Amino acid sequence: MTKVNITLNGKAVSADVPDNTLLVSFIRDTMALTGTHVGCDTSQCGACIVHLDGESVKSCTMLAVSAEGAEVTTIEGIGSAESLHPMQQAFHENHGLQCGYCTPGMVMSAIELVGKNPNPSDKDIREGLEGNICRCTGYHNIVKSVQAGAQMMGD
Amino acid sequence: MYQTNYVKAASTEDAVGHLAKGGQLLAGGMTLIPTMKQRLASPETVVDLAGCGLAGIEDAGDSIRIGAMTRHVDVAESALVQNAIPALAALAGGIGDRQVRNRGTIGGSVANNDPSACYPAAVLGLGGTVHTSTRDIAADDFFTGMFETALDEDEMITAVSFPKVAKAAYVKFPNPASRYAMVGVFVAAGDGHVRVAVTGASSDGVFRHDGMESALSANFDAAALDGASVDVDDMIGDIHAAPDYRAHLVVEMTKRAVAAC
Ligand SMILES: Cc1cc2nc3c(=O)[nH]c(=O)nc-3n(C[C@H](O)[C@H](O)[C@H](O)COP(=O)(O)OP(=O)(O)OC[C@H]3O[C@@H](n4cnc5c(N)ncnc54)[C@H](O)[C@@H]3O)c2cc1C
Ligand code: FES
Ligand code: FES
Repeated sequence: MTKVNITLNGKAVSADVPDNTLLVSFIRDTMALTGTHVGCDTSQCGACIVHLDGESVKSCTMLAVSAEGAEVTTIEGIGSAESLHPMQQAFHENHGLQCGYCTPGMVMSAIELVGKNPNPSDKDIREGLEGNICRCTGYHNIVKSVQAGAQMMGD
Repeated sequence: MYQTNYVKAASTEDAVGHLAKGGQLLAGGMTLIPTMKQRLASPETVVDLAGCGLAGIEDAGDSIRIGAMTRHVDVAESALVQNAIPALAALAGGIGDRQVRNRGTIGGSVANNDPSACYPAAVLGLGGTVHTSTRDIAADDFFTGMFETALDEDEMITAVSFPKVAKAAYVKFPNPASRYAMVGVFVAAGDGHVRVAVTGASSDGVFRHDGMESALSANFDAAALDGASVDVDDMIGDIHAAPDYRAHLVVEMTKRAVAAC
């Protein structure tokens, strides 16, 4: 067991967890924030993407202890049901989801993408979302959503 | 995932100490963690290298030295690498996806010597040097077979150096799901000699192709490869590509790399 201390969505949290605890399990099971999903066991689908010190990472492919001292932001930390983050709003308005399973990861990935590249082209978005797999939408509306989200984040 | 003990090494010496006692090094975890999740690896101790100060890119005159813990994203976005060896920056920027590049490191990739990984092609194609905790190993001596390297059990990579060459390019045919190379070819041309390193194709891991190197050294033009062939018996066959298709891709990706130089 190791005590893990991180800042989760702006709040300092700590917990004793077995060393083999994945960051995603720490978030979902220890901290009961279930917006971050698990969609595969091969580190390919991106449903588990969170921000670690502002950068997008796959929380299923990292030990919680490796995040010691870091700032972690999950989908719960970017907006609320009353006041969605512009990227969430854009997914909502552009029908960027069907079942919604991939959506938290898509949104977290897209926010970092737009942070680095405020005016992404269609190609930039498709390449930038290489690490996110969606089995429902066919991606078209996701690309549209990210474009709209980028615009709204810029305003 | 099996139980494991986590330690964070404070220095290279500290890490090597744990390694000698049977610890497993953890760099970006992009290979090790999935392997542990699938219970294909069950290290008793995992030794995190994040605190060893091994990240960073230096201009060493006629070469570039990249610390073992330097992430793919940092190589891809480095102005130094983009100017001196643009093919290397492009290769790093084409590994996996953004999240893999935000964590994965050059040391982990080179040490792992996955037969489909991109970096081994650059190390071998550019004729780089792998710096370890005890010695310097030339690329030609480093990769010894699929997932095999010249590293001793208690030896770790500290940095990798790449000579600046006149012309170089890496072209890969990516697996559409993982982005690993189904076939990837790194071509480098410097002082009269051309090196061609192929990844993704052979069951022995990354290799150089003498025939195409001689043909290109005589005439650096994709047309010089018109008659080139690759031994089908050495090629990997899997659900993504049969051996004869991979053999075809090796020549084709080499032609494209030459054209891109
Ligand atoms: C979805 C996905 C897609 C990918 N696509 C590609 C791709 O297109 N091309 C590509 O090349 N790679 C790809 N990768 C692999 C990726 O580049 C990994 O980052 C890399 O292979 C391993 O690096 P790491 O830093 O994550 O190492 P880790 O996973 O931490 O370690 C890998 C191995 O190396 C050992 N090790 C680590 N550091 C050292 C060191 N300094 N000295 C000695 N041994 C060490 C570890 O003990 C372990 O055995 C992909 C991975 C994923 C999950
Ligand atoms: S659950 Fe993390 S990549 Fe699929
Ligand atoms: S909306 Fe169902 S997986 Fe993307």
